[in-house]
Amino acid sequence: MNTADNVVEMRSISKGFNGVPVLKDVSFDVRKGEVHALAGGNGAGKSTLMKILQGVYQADAGEIVIGGKPATINSIQDAKAAGIGMVFQEFSLVPSLNVAQNIFLAAEPLGAGGLIDDRASVRRAREIFAEMEVDVDPQAEVSRLGTAYWQLTEIAKALSQNAQVLIMDEPTASLARHESEALFELIDRLKQRGISIIYISHRMDEVYRLADRITILRDGRGLLTEPLSAVTPEQIVEGIVGKKIEGQLAYRERDHIAREGAPLLEVRGLNAGPRVRDVSFSLHPGEILGLAGLMGSGRTELARALFGIDRRDSGDILIRGEKANLNSPQQAIDAGVALIPEDRRAQGLVLDHSVRDNLLLPLLGQIKRGPLLDSMKGKDLSSSLIKKFAVKVAHPNRPVRLLSGGNQQKVVIAKWLGTDPDILILDEPTAGVDIGTKSEILDMIRELASAGKAVIVISSEYPELLAVSDRVLVLKDGSVIRDIPRSEIADEEYLQLAVQGV
Amino acid sequence: MSKANTIPARDTAAPRSFGTVLKELDWRRYVIYIGFLVVFLFFAVLLRDQGFMSPQNLLNIFRQTATITVIAVGMTYVISCAEIDLSVGSVAGLSSVCTAMALSQWGLIPGVLAGLAVGLVVGSINGALVSLLGIPSFLVTLGMLGIAVGVAQWITASAPQPILNDTFNMLFGSGDFGPVPGLVIWSAIFVAIGAVVLNRTKFGRQVLATGGNRNAAEFTGINTKRIKFQVLLISGMVASVAGMLYAGRLQSGRFQWGSGDELSAIAAVILGGTSLFGGFGSIMGTLFGALLIGLINNGLILAGLDSSQQQVVRGAIIILAVALARKK
Repeated sequence: MNTADNVVEMRSISKGFNGVPVLKDVSFDVRKGEVHALAGGNGAGKSTLMKILQGVYQADAGEIVIGGKPATINSIQDAKAAGIGMVFQEFSLVPSLNVAQNIFLAAEPLGAGGLIDDRASVRRAREIFAEMEVDVDPQAEVSRLGTAYWQLTEIAKALSQNAQVLIMDEPTASLARHESEALFELIDRLKQRGISIIYISHRMDEVYRLADRITILRDGRGLLTEPLSAVTPEQIVEGIVGKKIEGQLAYRERDHIAREGAPLLEVRGLNAGPRVRDVSFSLHPGEILGLAGLMGSGRTELARALFGIDRRDSGDILIRGEKANLNSPQQAIDAGVALIPEDRRAQGLVLDHSVRDNLLLPLLGQIKRGPLLDSMKGKDLSSSLIKKFAVKVAHPNRPVRLLSGGNQQKVVIAKWLGTDPDILILDEPTAGVDIGTKSEILDMIRELASAGKAVIVISSEYPELLAVSDRVLVLKDGSVIRDIPRSEIADEEYLQLAVQGV
Repeated sequence: MSKANTIPARDTAAPRSFGTVLKELDWRRYVIYIGFLVVFLFFAVLLRDQGFMSPQNLLNIFRQTATITVIAVGMTYVISCAEIDLSVGSVAGLSSVCTAMALSQWGLIPGVLAGLAVGLVVGSINGALVSLLGIPSFLVTLGMLGIAVGVAQWITASAPQPILNDTFNMLFGSGDFGPVPGLVIWSAIFVAIGAVVLNRTKFGRQVLATGGNRNAAEFTGINTKRIKFQVLLISGMVASVAGMLYAGRLQSGRFQWGSGDELSAIAAVILGGTSLFGGFGSIMGTLFGALLIGLINNGLILAGLDSSQQQVVRGAIIILAVALARKK
């Protein structure tokens, strides 16, 4: 191995928490100007490894070598000084400050008399953006910018501190397709300038598009490190999950759809706000309806209107053939509708509360004995949900915050299925979830439909949408522009063209 | 739905040795009880000759903390719902005045109803402004603090309103039930109901969920506007009862009664481990928070500190306790 090229080497790193080993003898290195993908299921140890590199945690054993010299990284400051930059998944910017102020936060250029020289920081920010070849106004207030710009600001912030290695954790999770493409081009340019990137992503197409090598972690051990040309996507998935997943993204026709009878849900000429315009469709028991469309096409807004969060301006919603008055989530729940919202951390969970309390929140009515809640009933009910949906928890009393993203999502789904809804709406159900959990969730959706529920799935990932949907509604500017049976959709390409309105 | 590679929840949650239980025990959650014990023992030794441990003195501590305890029970709901109510002290004052005036005009029952009406009206206004108009509760109740005390002073022309109705005074604070002072019974009732409702009812759970993550609560079908309205209403009503307890104990209604109690109540709630940012609340903690404040007041008086010194020591102890209780 040619170690001279390595900007970062982590050798035989081990780390445990409270006696539980999380990383066992993991070695990881990054070459100059390389994009190195880091993959692994939830809880495989990716984030712990990266936190050690960033100085958030210290390794119990092993050493870190940076630029050929052993380095001691005991704090985030040490990591920054060593040239390690992090592009945070949850952005670490101050929304009320402008872009330049954020880039130089705590490292402001000083002018005469030791006062902050804002003009200098704007100038230098402009230089950095010019080098990145992106167009961002350094004087724009961050809160007024979209997430893609937040990310560019984060990257500029790391570059301003002379980062040689950038860690990107699911950087495309909140980006639209064209924004992701712009990010990939930026990553290519950064590579050419000799900057190395550690790229954490669950999305296989991105990994193949960007990365030179991949390291897969499983259960806290390094499973393999290979050039991407030497591994197939199937091998990667198998490495992450630990078993073969066959055809998880293949559509399987199910014959449970009860088309003859009355539709379970019928929407007639629904208008709600600017993003839901004259929407009509019907949904039969056993059917999975996919909603496709670009960001801002009104998919989420339609889901919100169906769940009674957004006010309906006109039109009718019929459930089992009867007009339903869905003016609040409570009324929607009573009518048998459940919504798994798009942002599980902000909308789906009370993060500081226990797994049990979160699961029981919509089910409090079921565990009452007289005016009081019966805690034994609650324990039994939550345990059975945890078991049924295979949520990995250390203890149901621990805060849900401590679970991995995939398990948090399972908690949200379990919480809603506990209410036994007839109509289930899932908004981006697999965002930020590892591939193993993803296939479990997709299987879960198919099973629910086969059990006679009507399901609406919103997803920005076409392969996923095509894997489960029996029918796809294409939305544009709040209106339904196409209603396509799955059998007429030949491939992803076809759907993509339909979404673009071609 | 269970897969071969997933660990069933029960296995990992199953038997834990006493050692691990002890290690996992989060002592920060119990810091209020530990602090209470430490301060209590400290005074018991230091002030043994000043009669700190006499039953009379101990009952006095309970009696003096009773109104703060009652107010703080209501405040626990407000704070764990991620709101604040600064108007409680003034509401107590206004309620004492209205009760006294109605009592001398129309008698016992109208007097009590007048006091409760103060809490109902002020609590509803606070709740409506916060939940319907979305004004931060800090501002609404800060304004209400001035309005309530101003009204109380205005309608009485700053004069104390004596209460000569013995039944009222007996029931609300002056009387004893056997050996137990009535005020102690009152705070016990409020603490008991408050604890059960917060921990064991649907409403209590929804208050905590709304305080923990309002968005998620909303998406779960909880009417968070109604919850916010209800906690502020509860806080107002409870404060008006506290005002009547002042009136009964001091046998008069006066606009100054309860002034500054909002800060003591907030301190008691936070000392008791309720999160200032919402989502967690402990009524038992609140009770001990209030008792700790009362204990400190009482001990410092017995120790012969003057009131300026008392304030300094009290402030320092509160900061210390909250600093110890904060999360890592």
